[in-house]
Amino acid sequence: MSDAAVGELFADEVVTHAVVRDVALPNEAGTLALITLDNGHDHTKPNTFGPNSLAELDAALDTIAVRDDIAAVGVTGKPFIFAVGADLNGVPLIQRREDAVAIARLGHDVFRRLGELHVPSFAYYNGAAMGGGVEIGLHCSYRTISSGVPAFALPETFLGLVPGWGGTYLLPNLIGAEKALKVVIENPLSQNRMLKGPQAYELGIADAIFEPADFLEESLAWTARVLNGEITVRRAEVDTGKAWDDAVAMARWNVDGKLHGAAPSYPKALDLVAAAKDRTRDEGFAAEDEALADLIMSDELRAGLYAFDLTQKRAKKPAGAPDASLARPVTKVGVVGAGLMASQLALLFARRMEVPVVLTDLDQERLDKGVGYARGEIDKLLAKGRVSPDKANRLKSLITGSLGKDAFADADFVIEAVFEEMSVKRKVFAEVEEHVSAECVLATNTSSLSVSEMAAGLEHPERVVGFHFFNPVAVLPLLEIVRGEATDDAALATAFAAGKALKKSCVLVKDAPAFVVNRVLLRLLAEIVRAVDEGTPIETAERAAQPLGLPMPPFVLMGLVGPAIALHVNETLHAAFPDRFPLSDNLAKLVASGKPGVYLPDFSLDPEAVEIFGGGDRPSTQEQVLDRALAALADEIRIMLDEGVVAAPQDIDLCMILGAGWPFHLGGITPYLDRSGVSEKATGRRFLAPGVASLNG
Amino acid sequence: MPRTARDVVFVDGVRTPFGKAGPKGLYAETRADDMVVRAIRELLRRNPSLPPERVDEVAVAATTQTGDQGLTIGRSAAVLAGLPKSVPGYAIDRMCAGAMTAVTTTGAGIAFGSYDVVIAGGVEHMGRHPMGEGVDPNPRFLAERLVDPSALVMGSTAENLHDRFPGITRERADAYAVRSQRKVAAAYAAGKIQPDLVPTAIRSAEKGWGLATEDEPPRPGTTPDDLAGLKTPFRVHGNVTAGNAAGLNDGATACLLAAEDVARELGLTPRMRLADFAFAGVEPEVMGVGPVPATERLLARNALTMDDIGLIEINEAFAVQVLAFLEHFKIADDDARVNPWGGAIALGHPLASSGVRLMNQLARLFEERPDVRFGLTTMCVGMGMGGTVLWENVNWEGSK
Repeated sequence: MSDAAVGELFADEVVTHAVVRDVALPNEAGTLALITLDNGHDHTKPNTFGPNSLAELDAALDTIAVRDDIAAVGVTGKPFIFAVGADLNGVPLIQRREDAVAIARLGHDVFRRLGELHVPSFAYYNGAAMGGGVEIGLHCSYRTISSGVPAFALPETFLGLVPGWGGTYLLPNLIGAEKALKVVIENPLSQNRMLKGPQAYELGIADAIFEPADFLEESLAWTARVLNGEITVRRAEVDTGKAWDDAVAMARWNVDGKLHGAAPSYPKALDLVAAAKDRTRDEGFAAEDEALADLIMSDELRAGLYAFDLTQKRAKKPAGAPDASLARPVTKVGVVGAGLMASQLALLFARRMEVPVVLTDLDQERLDKGVGYARGEIDKLLAKGRVSPDKANRLKSLITGSLGKDAFADADFVIEAVFEEMSVKRKVFAEVEEHVSAECVLATNTSSLSVSEMAAGLEHPERVVGFHFFNPVAVLPLLEIVRGEATDDAALATAFAAGKALKKSCVLVKDAPAFVVNRVLLRLLAEIVRAVDEGTPIETAERAAQPLGLPMPPFVLMGLVGPAIALHVNETLHAAFPDRFPLSDNLAKLVASGKPGVYLPDFSLDPEAVEIFGGGDRPSTQEQVLDRALAALADEIRIMLDEGVVAAPQDIDLCMILGAGWPFHLGGITPYLDRSGVSEKATGRRFLAPGVASLNG
Repeated sequence: MPRTARDVVFVDGVRTPFGKAGPKGLYAETRADDMVVRAIRELLRRNPSLPPERVDEVAVAATTQTGDQGLTIGRSAAVLAGLPKSVPGYAIDRMCAGAMTAVTTTGAGIAFGSYDVVIAGGVEHMGRHPMGEGVDPNPRFLAERLVDPSALVMGSTAENLHDRFPGITRERADAYAVRSQRKVAAAYAAGKIQPDLVPTAIRSAEKGWGLATEDEPPRPGTTPDDLAGLKTPFRVHGNVTAGNAAGLNDGATACLLAAEDVARELGLTPRMRLADFAFAGVEPEVMGVGPVPATERLLARNALTMDDIGLIEINEAFAVQVLAFLEHFKIADDDARVNPWGGAIALGHPLASSGVRLMNQLARLFEERPDVRFGLTTMCVGMGMGGTVLWENVNWEGSK
């Protein structure tokens, strides 16, 4: 038994205490021993379960198990928080499978006691519940949930685990496989979507739902009525026949289609749910122990935890950002241009910063269209109930248009979103500078042009920053903030403060061609297009990257971005690095043809596009394409790090996760390149030390 | 436009169990607004035929109106309780008679025709808001001898009352207090108090969540000997002790009033009818005598005498103040009409909330006593006042 060893790995655990207090139930229903889970911090540090927390809960259950004077046991959380699952901080330190098994078993051994006591048990989900927090309640005889619960989820598969403290066994046996898979598989697979209290109740996870104002009192009153027999809890019967198998098959098809076997957590969770209907509780839990141990000892989980940490911590404290106190207030924003991108930016600034935003364009018609678009989007939000009528009025009044740039006179932050051409952008900035104060930040949304070059010749080049959004700007969380050669700390700090106000995750990037995300994506695309130019069928090239589980195949991505933009960025990169970013004549032809990509609207290949890319006589196999693509990625990322484009491999990974949706099981990309041996083969060294995003050994 | 006054009825009333103020009390880490919200929600839950949007006003009293008892507590409690935003609310202060004043003021509004249904109540968390918190008495009070220096110390005003009624001895006061404890214990044993208590969630960082289900202050089994040895903190060799006075407490109350015809329309069951009320001022240094002139005024206006009153719920801030009232009206110390289920000396007196507790108990007593037509709820008030409400029993069977 290595419980002690596991406890040592979690030496820094913030222990969630399990405090027991007797409650006299209404209607003389007897005494309930109420366990409060509380780690002693406020809601910003939620309750979690590490081995020491589990030991406290176990001890609390010891005192309860011997009592003959109680009618029931209850479990609830601290204000606003029930519990958010296992403490993951110690997991990366686990090096032996036996320790992984021990932590899996410990969770089961403690939680299952709640379902095996001499009296009924009740979980009162009073606040956020995730992972093990959900599971502890599943072990109880009954559950109530607050309609105010903001997040209820089993996110384990998203991170690279399975809900293996009872989740994959108890949940499908409680609400059926179809509904359980929604929680165990479908939601984690959809950007880790969470349920709210009423949805969890609708799924049948909780037996009763009460409003937050007196949730505990009403839950206890309900408990008394259940114990007195006044209320009989009725649950829908679970279909363990065809419906169960069909639901598993459907989920498996969905997972395979998206991930092609790339992330082991999903198929493992599916296998557990599939078998849960025929297993005893002991068998089910034992299978969960083994699955958890396998996954804890997997590189995919280590990469997932690394990625999770990046998005939770590094994304909030950008590496290399200047002191936030240097930031100047932004009370008005200018947007040069009134095209689609400009209108989207205006909308974003107005919604998030709630300051006046003025668009300028030389053409009244374009201006009206741009302002109209932004205001129209606000009306859509109003129609969906996302903003109140008053808020809609306020936001719409914030967005105005002007033909003259004199409207920028009192702006503190002006961003340009004009045609992607250096001379045009330089001219625009020079014009803006005539009207604005010397401190006004000038930001460019260029995706590939040099920020330093754009600033050169301005009276105040130190105020120019790159502010690179990703499409759709309202959705994708990444913002690459580019420091030009002349950019000063105050302008940069103001840009970071603005990015934060826009609720974006900002990464500091050196002024280098195409910055981070586009450069990495284009190097991958260039390699794949080269293979196609050489004669590899497009279908083969598209399938090549499937084992990575990327959000979409390369040519689908090209269609989404638009072949013209892909070509433009490719040209920029070619100008800088002609060897690594060759120009594809075929790509140029595709752009010239005006086609939106190589696919037809029905997602079949466009024969004319296939024709354009035809003619090569040195086809590669799927495996060869993948090898080349990965080697190219490793090569490019190594060069970027050597050039100092970002501070560390972590920033590349963060950019790829947030800007391109690259998955957690790859850890972005560098953990995958390391563990697959590609980095050492292609560049002679790893990106990250063993153990940072992988197993040590 | 001629108006006809409408009959006003008390439909239902609830309260949280009362707790002892202070760091060890039930509600030490519970907010006052959460307590009154809990009472309001339970009141609505107990009267499901009342559409919440039909509530025209939420009047909540508190003596100290800052922090969790501030922010115009009636309105903030209404919002927190989940009442429709269209339901207004406000805060009331007449110190100990806060909830009583919430009832009389909104009740008068119903009679006038301006409201159909109201919620009235009070809250005092004396642990979070000790008596006198943040007060800044005008120096003219003393400079111009507008009040005696003892007027702002309630215990001292009670000692002053012993001076005015020399026949009320420490022994009589203690004996009264012992009876109050016994009556409360008996009422609890008979299940008389519990029906209007709202179990209320309590939490402490150390002990976790719990549930307050019973009053914390009562000391059943108290004997005269127990009380005889207690100190007299307000005057050396005085008469007023912790045993013959109400303690420092936390609690919240809420009741539902309606125009009688509206109650009928909505299917609400009236328990008693608001017949009349009166407030009166006295010298602040003997504030405990306040119920006497208030009651005299009320009886005179309604052509009643004390013989017409079958039940009296008098707040027991101090035993001497109850005894002064009884002596004035020539009622025996142990008259069965007076606080049959005991009073604040045992149950506690969270200042501004107590007025509705008296009404809850009178309403329950009326149900048991269809032979009684009229009852009083009365209490003394700091700064020298008294308030009395005359209630008519809807269960009264007439003079058969």
